[in-house]
Amino acid sequence: MKRPKHETAESARLIGRRAAILGGAQLIVAGALVLRMRHMQVAEADQFRLLAEENRINIRLLPPARGLIQDRNGVLLAGNEQNYRVVLVREDAGDPRAALDRLARLIPLSEPEIERAVREIMRHRPFVPVTIADRLSWEEVTRVAANAPALPGITPEVGLSRHYPFGAEFAHAVGYVGPVSEADLAARENPEPLLLIPRFQIGKVGVEREMEENLRGAAGHRRVEVNAVGREMRELARQEGTPGRNVQLTLDRRLQAFSLARLEGESAAAVVMEIATGDVLALASAPSFDPNLFVRGISVADFNALRENEYRPMSNKTVQGAYPPGSTFKMVTALAAFEAGLVTAEERVFCPGHMDVAGRRFHCWKRGGHGRVSLVAALSESCDVYFYELAQRCGIDRINAMSERLGLGMRYDMPLSAMSAGLNPSREWKRQRRGEDWMIGDTINASIGQGFVLSTPLQLAVMTARLATNRAVQPRLLKAIDGIEQPVPEQAPLNLPAPVLALIHRGMVECSNHARGTAYSSRIVEAGMRMAGKTGTSQVFSITAAERASGVRRQDQLPWNRRNHGLFVCYAPENAPRYAVSVVVEHGGGGSSAAAPIARDITLAALNDGWPPIEAYPQPQRNRIESMLRTIREQIGPPDGPGTAMSRA
Amino acid sequence: MSYLEYNVKRSPAGLAKVLYINWPLVLLIIAAASVGFLMLYSVAGGNLGRWAEPQMKRFVVGLVAMFAIAFVPLWFWRSMAGLAYAVSVLLLLGVEFFGTVGMGARRWLEIGPIRLQPSEMAKITVILAMAAYYDAVDTKRSSHPLFVFLALVLVLVPTLLVLRQPDLGTALLILGSGVLVMFFAGVSLWYFGVAAAAGGGLVALVMMSRGTPWQVLKDYQYRRIDAFLDPTIDPLGASYHINQAMIALGSGGWSGRGFMQGTQSRLNFLPEKHTDFIFTTLAEEFGFIGGVSLLVLYLCILVACVVSALQSQNRFAQLLILGVAANFFLYFAVNMAMVMGLAPVVGVPLPLVSYGGSAMLMILIGFGLVQSACVHRPRTRA
Repeated sequence: MKRPKHETAESARLIGRRAAILGGAQLIVAGALVLRMRHMQVAEADQFRLLAEENRINIRLLPPARGLIQDRNGVLLAGNEQNYRVVLVREDAGDPRAALDRLARLIPLSEPEIERAVREIMRHRPFVPVTIADRLSWEEVTRVAANAPALPGITPEVGLSRHYPFGAEFAHAVGYVGPVSEADLAARENPEPLLLIPRFQIGKVGVEREMEENLRGAAGHRRVEVNAVGREMRELARQEGTPGRNVQLTLDRRLQAFSLARLEGESAAAVVMEIATGDVLALASAPSFDPNLFVRGISVADFNALRENEYRPMSNKTVQGAYPPGSTFKMVTALAAFEAGLVTAEERVFCPGHMDVAGRRFHCWKRGGHGRVSLVAALSESCDVYFYELAQRCGIDRINAMSERLGLGMRYDMPLSAMSAGLNPSREWKRQRRGEDWMIGDTINASIGQGFVLSTPLQLAVMTARLATNRAVQPRLLKAIDGIEQPVPEQAPLNLPAPVLALIHRGMVECSNHARGTAYSSRIVEAGMRMAGKTGTSQVFSITAAERASGVRRQDQLPWNRRNHGLFVCYAPENAPRYAVSVVVEHGGGGSSAAAPIARDITLAALNDGWPPIEAYPQPQRNRIESMLRTIREQIGPPDGPGTAMSRA
Repeated sequence: MSYLEYNVKRSPAGLAKVLYINWPLVLLIIAAASVGFLMLYSVAGGNLGRWAEPQMKRFVVGLVAMFAIAFVPLWFWRSMAGLAYAVSVLLLLGVEFFGTVGMGARRWLEIGPIRLQPSEMAKITVILAMAAYYDAVDTKRSSHPLFVFLALVLVLVPTLLVLRQPDLGTALLILGSGVLVMFFAGVSLWYFGVAAAAGGGLVALVMMSRGTPWQVLKDYQYRRIDAFLDPTIDPLGASYHINQAMIALGSGGWSGRGFMQGTQSRLNFLPEKHTDFIFTTLAEEFGFIGGVSLLVLYLCILVACVVSALQSQNRFAQLLILGVAANFFLYFAVNMAMVMGLAPVVGVPLPLVSYGGSAMLMILIGFGLVQSACVHRPRTRA
């Protein structure tokens, strides 16, 4: 449109005016923006910077290396092993299914494993690494690494995991670790954050569990920068954790290995103690199991097999198994009666094979009877009637007090799981637990370690050590923590009457060395190694009158779980006691046949630096013993085993 | 300025036009775009190829388009105004019926391999059409109710079409630029007063319609408004964007954390860090100084435009330049106010800096029209 010149000029003036108004408004807006920026970036900058810091810095825990467990000579019993695993990051791998199928061509992955892994992967955010396969061999890892270009998002990693180089040998004493369970967390009032790390492992059983606080160590941490979805962008600071303390046990690897191998095939337990210190050198419970299975996550089938096994492999029979001690308890009865002066050394008791007390007949194990016996013969030939007589004179109260002095019926302060206190029956106990009065028959039964009396193999070993020394020997399992020697418990004098103790020693020596002794067939002929022992055979079921009338059946004709327990306790050398040994063979038939030979072998191994000398055996037995020892040697493998290599740590 | 009015003798022709290009404005534009490249490089974590390089290519294309438009005589653009407006309204209708849905909104139109965003185009064509309209209307009658009504129809048709996509930010820009051209054209201030009151009423109405069957905005838009009014309501939901943006901006401090050192943006706390929220990264990494510098750069661009407008004695040229400048101002003012928590989060990019091809191209086409007006301004000296 054609406009007159003045009109154009007027329009331009108007536009200029309006532009000026708007320009002013724009400047005001710009000023407001500047003021706002100044307010936020200058006045409140610190506050926002704090918010930004909180936004991006995250603290991640670093699990510490678990403390090592060693035997008394420093042999590694539980260490940490480098563990190769393969992890997958979904966002880099693309379709996880396809990626795993590719991976399955390199390492063994079963179809259910792949399916489980895919489910696991899809549960997490795409950048979270998910472990696909664990405990790979070096060959498998190198295969994965070599094929890395074809496997995007899949990386091999290395971590530490618990390893028990001797497998089953220390499964009960050392125990094992496993992932923290809901129950573990619930049991702790304020669980350490470390325990919340996925797959973090804590001690579940044995020393691993009881020494957990020492072994675990303190967590380190990393300060990492994360983005809004939690992905780690970079590490800002890193403080390594404090490794757990190393725990050294009093156990001797070679003796433990020998003991367990010697128990092979039985459901049995053996304990070896060093008398001077109370050091427990061997705690063998057979059958055993491989604790490494539990670290890896035991399969349901394996676990059920262990649980349903009649021989109870998972039970630590040395401290959890409470057995009627049988005749091994007779020394307690004798000491109780002699200390009270109710019987003299010269006095003989006539054994016709039974004794009638309060209208009930109590039998001796020897149907024809032992004739007139003194204490020494009663011990070595294990006459029951003699002790029935003593028990009637001294009563249960004295027996109870004496068994307590000898270390029975109590829990010791040792880092072991589920220790049993055994049972020292008393009048009060029976009233409280059974609501019945104590009967004289109960005393008679208790006098030979039957009836209510229950003891663990460890307690029997302690009792034997105390009998040998007349001192209150305390068992010790913990030798050192982080190289700091733990104190040897003080051995207070027991003040048992020395003449009586001498008689008991003689009885025990004759038991093992006199031709009429119950353990004569398991004697030691090497003079400096002779042992003083006591057999014990404890009934699991009481023999009915009808059974007795029809003739007591031979043990090997009974079903296994109705047979008698075989027990044996001893110390050696008899003239200068160094070791106390106890052996319990569940349903082994009898103490002299089942337990004494084992105890002899273990005692000789302890005396001879871990291996029984063949010269110590009676000539006629040597061939048989030699072939047996050969089998054991093959079973144990190299004397020091794989655990000595400390580089594994 | 009609063809008859166009004074061939007194305007530069041929290659001489290069000399009459508003070079300071070109340099300012390049400077602002360079800030954008730098920031895109930074938010990509030092990756040139992710955003910065494509952005540079688009900028070069846009710059070529700007010069091409600058060399075409302004009278041609005036005669094209009606057609351009009609085409963009048709395209907006096309989006309405055939558009591609992306991010919950229908914004793109795909014609063969070309993806068009007609709402971006409308920003310029509305300014062009309004300038041409007021050039055609008698100056004295610009406040006449009929002509004001016609102008409003011109502005509101594309505005409402864009609002329906829905794209609140672009709709506001179209509305704002159109209304500001009316303001420059001399429409009586009374209308603006009444409109402000009506606008207030409309806001109240929009807010009250929430939850009723005739709700005007989408739910997410209401949530954004809530989040703006009180950012603490839902720090991980609707308020998340603005909270994180404010943390980034505030933590920059006086001089910033340094280039590539902004944790908020590098660590993905910032949403849309390369598009609408790129200013927060700038403010985080270069602080108050950096933020104010960019603002000053933008104001310089505005000043360069306004100076050109005032030098021109042609009504169409003046309205066009001021309209483009006002549009540019609205762009950065709304964006900055938004990321500073002064305005609700509406999708308005930071002009010349935010990643995005359509917006970049349209801004440069707008400046091309400004340059055309500068080049073809009648001169006293040949």
